[in-house]
Amino acid sequence: MTTPVAPSADTAAPVAAKRMTGIGRVLVIVYAVMALGATGRSFVQIVERFDHAPLAFSLSAASALVYILATLALIFSRREAWYRIAWVAIVFELVGVLAIGTVSLVLPELFPEATVWSGFGIGYVFIPLVLPFLGLWWLFTHRTRVAAKTGSAE
Amino acid sequence: MILWFTILQLVVAIAAGLLAVILGLAGRRPSDLTVGSLMLVELLLIAQVVIAIVAPLAGNPPTGSLLEFWVYLVSAVLLPVAGVAWALIERSRWSTVIMGVVALSIAVMVWRMQIIWTVQVA
Repeated sequence: MTTPVAPSADTAAPVAAKRMTGIGRVLVIVYAVMALGATGRSFVQIVERFDHAPLAFSLSAASALVYILATLALIFSRREAWYRIAWVAIVFELVGVLAIGTVSLVLPELFPEATVWSGFGIGYVFIPLVLPFLGLWWLFTHRTRVAAKTGSAE
Repeated sequence: MILWFTILQLVVAIAAGLLAVILGLAGRRPSDLTVGSLMLVELLLIAQVVIAIVAPLAGNPPTGSLLEFWVYLVSAVLLPVAGVAWALIERSRWSTVIMGVVALSIAVMVWRMQIIWTVQVA
């Protein structure tokens, strides 16, 4: 391969290992964009017409907070506490998208307006459905590094 | 919004996005080409800001929520700046991919903005 490959962050020196490396960064960016989108949307919904669909809009706001929390937790996930927060946030996200996706199809009258998670995230090209699986996969594959780190710290 | 300008923005943003994602996955670091194409997306967005201010005065008002429209537009304008800043700080292949993801999300946001401006599904 002759393409100028960056010194791969995955295998590089400890300097690089202190930050989020490799594809994890792309994951963080996708989470950040979702956080931005969900925050913007729920802000508009709540400011303009909260009374119209209080349940849906509250859930929009909740999902926005979960995306913000998950973004931060992934960035700092090398720390034990943040790593746990990342698990909680992403599992909540997964449960949320599955539960709300199902309810929005079975009982559409509860959701006169869409949330990020309605129809399993169909309004966001199903990214909300795929993202938690990628997030959990990333956390799972990076568990050993955290464990090793805390092990050596003790 | 102006339809042909929206289409121009979509074409440029999708092209810039695919280019950066492909080059990034091929192992390229951020280059003049990828950073430049993201800057072109940003220039078009700034032009879109001007259009969004002038169009209602020129008899082309939005049919949907103006607040929602501006939330999208302001977020979209900020994204390339963040993407390029990241690319300059972190010169690795993943920064190129990130710029691509940014450009593709802008394409989605521009499309949403066009819908808010013109089509109302009430």
